[in-house]
Amino acid sequence: MPRRSPTSTDGRSHVNDVLRHAWTVARKDLVLEFRTRTAFLSAVVFTALVLTVFNFGRDPTAVATVDLAPSILWVTFSFAAMLALNRAFQLELENQALEGLLVSPLSRTSLYWGKLLANLVFVAVVEAVGLPLFVLFFDVPVGRVLVPLIGVIALATIGFVAVGTLFSAMVIRTRFAELMLPVLLLPFLIPPLTGAVQVTAKLLAGRPLSEVEGWLKLLAAYDIVFVALATLLFPTTVDE
Amino acid sequence: MNLVHRGRWITLLGLVLLALVYVRALAFTPVERFQGPAQKIFYVHVPAAWSAMLAMGLVGVCSILYLMLKDARFDRFAAASAEVGTAFSLVMLTTGPIWAKPIWGTWWTWDARLTLTLFLFFLFIGYLLLRGAVGDPGLRARYSAVLGICGLLLLPFIHLSVYLFRTLHPEPIVLKPSSPSLPESMLTTLLFSFGVFTLLYLGFVIQRYALSLLQEERGGSHG
Repeated sequence: MPRRSPTSTDGRSHVNDVLRHAWTVARKDLVLEFRTRTAFLSAVVFTALVLTVFNFGRDPTAVATVDLAPSILWVTFSFAAMLALNRAFQLELENQALEGLLVSPLSRTSLYWGKLLANLVFVAVVEAVGLPLFVLFFDVPVGRVLVPLIGVIALATIGFVAVGTLFSAMVIRTRFAELMLPVLLLPFLIPPLTGAVQVTAKLLAGRPLSEVEGWLKLLAAYDIVFVALATLLFPTTVDE
Repeated sequence: MNLVHRGRWITLLGLVLLALVYVRALAFTPVERFQGPAQKIFYVHVPAAWSAMLAMGLVGVCSILYLMLKDARFDRFAAASAEVGTAFSLVMLTTGPIWAKPIWGTWWTWDARLTLTLFLFFLFIGYLLLRGAVGDPGLRARYSAVLGICGLLLLPFIHLSVYLFRTLHPEPIVLKPSSPSLPESMLTTLLFSFGVFTLLYLGFVIQRYALSLLQEERGGSHG
């Protein structure tokens, strides 16, 4: 039977469905996290501890804080995100919850985007707590550049959480999952991390954003390429 | 002649020709005016880098083909290529600093191409570790294909992001818009070496491929 060619309204309602289902998956994960709170709390405490470690891991008389600040901020965020990603699919292993999601009428795209969204919210909460702590501990003036700084944080976070979500779906079924994720993911952290550190440094030095246009384009391109690629590849990691 | 033997002969031929590359590079190619004898290492370093890149490229291509066609041969080839690529990137990563110390005055620097090749090496290692950590052959093939494709796409990004820093590496000498700026005798040696390293890559991969085929026939799950 010839299939009716989809009209634009069909297309739109399909996209709406995908997004609605994604939100359902994300909400389920986030409700679970907010009710138990253990993961959130540990990640936030971890972030605070890493920031403290950085304070004692440098010679304050030799290096000005503002020179080191972008690296401190981004290494802390990367470690915290890694922790968050490690548990993204771990939850679904208990009682074969993943099987349940896979047999439900959810599309794989919805499932991936839902997981991605939940991870992004999780990492964003950790970053939202980490940034004020960072300002407090290292006395870095971010008030003037807060909006572009948040923009850069978002831009860099999306890219590597997208790859991380894809990889975390794979590593749960490998041996040494906790070790495997950082080994696979850290190379993928390099472009967003480098870009984010460069842009943050320029922002903190009071330079205009036009100076880092190349980096911003790189970050945006990375996000687009890897969100698309991960969406495309995700079904192969969960289907039997 | 079966696959193992064919691979072995190609490798043997490659090794004999490699000896000829050494002879030609050391005895019949002029010494570079500014860098002196240190420059001779290029005839090994650059072709090794080429073979490592070729290996990664083919890992990526075979990963895509595997996911499209679900043919185990592509997975086997990708695995063999990754293993051989790891060896070639090690050659590249050891010969590089040996040259860099006398010429740049430092063993290592975070220049664009150095960083790229280091991460190429890390990607190969990650790929092989992932293969080792998955028990089920079907799952292993799919997971490593996903990583292979992501890895191939990551490399341009790493190159670009480090390139936005300043780069120290010698500018392209052979593959550049104008004609190669290498004297003919040097160019011949280099191109000869490129050919030999490609042959060696082929010989190694064919042998590795045949080996995993044998392992599968005997029922071993590790490939």
